[in-house]
Amino acid sequence: MSRPPRPQFLARDSYRIRRLMDAARFLPVFGFVLVLLPLMRHSPDTDAPPTASEGVYLFLVWFGLVFAAFLMSLGLRRALDAPKEQITPPED
Amino acid sequence: MSFNMLVLTCLAYVLLLFVVASAAERAASEGRAGWLRSPMIYTLSLSVYCTAWTFYGAVGYAARSGLEFMTIYLGPTLVFVGWWVILRKLVRIGRENRVTSIADMISARYGKSNVLGVIVTLLCISAGAPYIALQLQSIAQSFTVFVTDPAGASLAADPVLIAFWVAIGLAFFTIVFGTRTLDANEQHPGVVTAIAVEAVVKLVALLAVGVFVVWFVAAGPSDILTRIDAQALPQWEIQPGRWTGLILLSAIAIICLPRMFQVTVVENTDDQHLATASWAFPLYLFLISLFVLPIAVVGMELMPAGSNPDMFVLTLPLYLGQDGLALLSFLGGFSAATSMVIVASLALATMVSNHIVVPLWLKVRAARNLDSGDMRLLVLSVRRLSISLVLGLGYLYYVITGGSAALAAIGLIAFVGVAQMLPALLGALFWRGASRTGAALGLVMGMGLWFYTLFLPSFGPGVFLSAQVMEAGLFGLSWLRPYSLFGLTTLDPLLHALFWSLLLNVLVFCLGSFLSFPSPMERVQGALFVNIYDRTGPARSWTRPVAEAEDLLPIAQRILGASEGQNFFRAQAALQGKQGFLPDITPEFLEALELTLSGSVGAATAHAMLAQSVGTAVVSVEDLMAVASETAQIMEYSAQLEAKSEELSRTARKLRDANEMLQKLSVQKDAFLSQISHELRTPMTSIRAFSEIMMDSESMSPEERAHFAQIIHDESIRLTRLLDDLLDLSVLEHGQVQLNIGPVQLRELLDKAIRSSESVQASRKFRILRSRDPEGIEIVTDAGRLTQVFINILSNARKYCIADDPQMQIKVRERKGMVEVDFIDNGAGIPRDKQALIFEKFSRLTDSMQAGGAGLGLAICREIMHNLGGDIAYVPGQGGAAFRVTFPRVLAPREVTRRTAKSQAEAAE
Repeated sequence: MSRPPRPQFLARDSYRIRRLMDAARFLPVFGFVLVLLPLMRHSPDTDAPPTASEGVYLFLVWFGLVFAAFLMSLGLRRALDAPKEQITPPED
Repeated sequence: MSFNMLVLTCLAYVLLLFVVASAAERAASEGRAGWLRSPMIYTLSLSVYCTAWTFYGAVGYAARSGLEFMTIYLGPTLVFVGWWVILRKLVRIGRENRVTSIADMISARYGKSNVLGVIVTLLCISAGAPYIALQLQSIAQSFTVFVTDPAGASLAADPVLIAFWVAIGLAFFTIVFGTRTLDANEQHPGVVTAIAVEAVVKLVALLAVGVFVVWFVAAGPSDILTRIDAQALPQWEIQPGRWTGLILLSAIAIICLPRMFQVTVVENTDDQHLATASWAFPLYLFLISLFVLPIAVVGMELMPAGSNPDMFVLTLPLYLGQDGLALLSFLGGFSAATSMVIVASLALATMVSNHIVVPLWLKVRAARNLDSGDMRLLVLSVRRLSISLVLGLGYLYYVITGGSAALAAIGLIAFVGVAQMLPALLGALFWRGASRTGAALGLVMGMGLWFYTLFLPSFGPGVFLSAQVMEAGLFGLSWLRPYSLFGLTTLDPLLHALFWSLLLNVLVFCLGSFLSFPSPMERVQGALFVNIYDRTGPARSWTRPVAEAEDLLPIAQRILGASEGQNFFRAQAALQGKQGFLPDITPEFLEALELTLSGSVGAATAHAMLAQSVGTAVVSVEDLMAVASETAQIMEYSAQLEAKSEELSRTARKLRDANEMLQKLSVQKDAFLSQISHELRTPMTSIRAFSEIMMDSESMSPEERAHFAQIIHDESIRLTRLLDDLLDLSVLEHGQVQLNIGPVQLRELLDKAIRSSESVQASRKFRILRSRDPEGIEIVTDAGRLTQVFINILSNARKYCIADDPQMQIKVRERKGMVEVDFIDNGAGIPRDKQALIFEKFSRLTDSMQAGGAGLGLAICREIMHNLGGDIAYVPGQGGAAFRVTFPRVLAPREVTRRTAKSQAEAAE
């Protein structure tokens, strides 16, 4: 069943929320890549793995993700309340 | 600490939980549950993810494998940080369909199929019971570690006994708060609040131990970092396969674990809570993980060799003489274990009762044609029994395996088990084409492989799978070895099992969905789930109801309770604008009723019960098509309306244009008349004046007479020319001109035109630049008329080009059967604002007397070119005045005849 046509261009606010939703979809992918980085940092010279520095790195990334999610949730809250036809992208 | 003291502490703690839970229940039932429904409580309740396996096991894990323990928390972090992708939809669907468990979710999506519900329930129990056993084990172990007095030591040394009493206590708690009422939404504010309290306790306990270790045992963070590097073992090296695989696995588990589904989806009351949890829950996991590695490292450094690293959280404070901290830590571990057991057994019991026991009971009742009274009591009893059953299974598992090291690995093994639900679950959310057959086959396939490659071997050789099978493969076939199926030897057993089970699960799921044809109910539910954000419902699952409201009221009463059932019916009747308790049985009403019932007994059972009473009036493929075609018709109609209104506005626009054109023409006609009068009057005046002079004066010399006569003659010639031009123009405009078409060379025409135009201001010398070659083309047209146009343009140039060294460039081009001739002089050109006017009648840029024409030349040229099927245009920006004459190389006589026919018709009118 086809749906009524949606407006092709949006006002500034809805546009911002749309991009925020894009960012929210992108964040976990970005986070996944960041937590995979330690795999590519192996130094063959030392016997013991650089656990301390990698641990600090991972916790920093982790906190960065938490903070980014916090900032995004402020904006996405409005998207949850707003009328659907304005901001919900087509999902097929 | 003495055994009795410890037991008393535990009891006091549980009592506190009881008080909290019952206060929350009471607040909820009195409708002032505002703070209970806060996003913080929701986030804290999500912490059931962190079980005793986290609380104790993470430190042990870190001591053995370094940073790898973090994968178990990084996966969930990514899922929650990316809540917009999956969790938001999952939670919305779960709430709107009053889903009671993950089994209910999958069964409801795939056509309310109870077979799927049963498969998922069995899978969840297989994965869940060992997990519960793990919690019992950790509580028992912590008792053993903690009790130091000789009197209690013998008691505490018997972990099976402790586990037994813990299981009994937890069953009691869960039954009291998990099955107090048969809630229409299957939500448990009491349990959730108690879990939230426990979440705080375990976080505080772990943070306290961590702070103690970092700032009181070690000398702060930098010291800890050096100690970490000092203690780092070679096997702490991050292994790429396991690192990636475990992050993915834990990400899957946070979605699929039954207890996580219970707290994330079933207990959710508001989308907004998820927005908070998206950052707050990862923060919780972050804090939980923060001190794990420091505790492990300090433990390895200080504790005597051979100590169990799994108990460092507890034994390290004890060893350092911090009994208070150790007790807090013990309570933290106790909280972690109990909260998991409570939620997991609640979730599993809901599945068992809704998908196995109640459907069986209904079948038996239908077979014996029995009709019982209040079903609520039955459902509740079944659920209580199920809780005991699930906990009993966990306990049994613990006793059978004897709390061996095999249990420690069960956390990840259970993760792989529940991961088998992921394809069906994601299919439910995002793929309308996912079918029941595919989901069932995928689940069974994944579950079978999980059993064979991971679960059964985890008991050790000889328990379920003999050592010989493990070594040589089933039936002696080496490619069936459980840990290296199909010869895959490089992966470790966990990743091996995850890889094969999920791969074949997805494959079979997709193939099954591609090849099967879903039932109408599946298609309705599929559309409903996948398009959950479209508020327009696709189709209804009930049509042509045949039941009476009186038959349905008893069913509702039996499940919802007498007064609730009646209230529901009265509210529905009021919605339909009716008085009393019996609404009309409309599809809408049936749907609302089914939704309410499914909140208690699950979608499959609720649907089956209503179907029994209502008959087989369930939706069919034909109904779906009818609904679809109805919608299509409406859309077609509105599209037609739209087209019509567009046509109307088009016509209106045309009319407006036509009207404007008429008005313009009228103005033009007036202007034309006044122009013509003016043009005629000037020569007439001079003729009259000079003829009067000649008549009046007797004494006029013959020279004077001749001079005046000459003037009169010239003026009459001018008049004649003007009238000729007007006539010519009129003939051309009406297309009545007789064209004399014939083949001719363009060069000849140009030569002739240049020769003729030389008589105009013959004193001026013009340089003519021509390109002979392209001019040589043969054209078929009216040569006389075309030459007339050329002469006009060339004469104009001679008249108006003011350059000192005037020149004229003539370019000829042929393009797509059209010939273009450009005449470009090097004068001042025509000002932009006049360019549009030059082809109008009587338009003259300079004073008329000076030019000596009537201003009709270019207007006639344009008409001639139109008659020749071409055009003349002014081309700006060529460095002077530039005119482009375009005409077809071969003028088709057909066009001419059409024109003449048209003009004849016009003349006849």
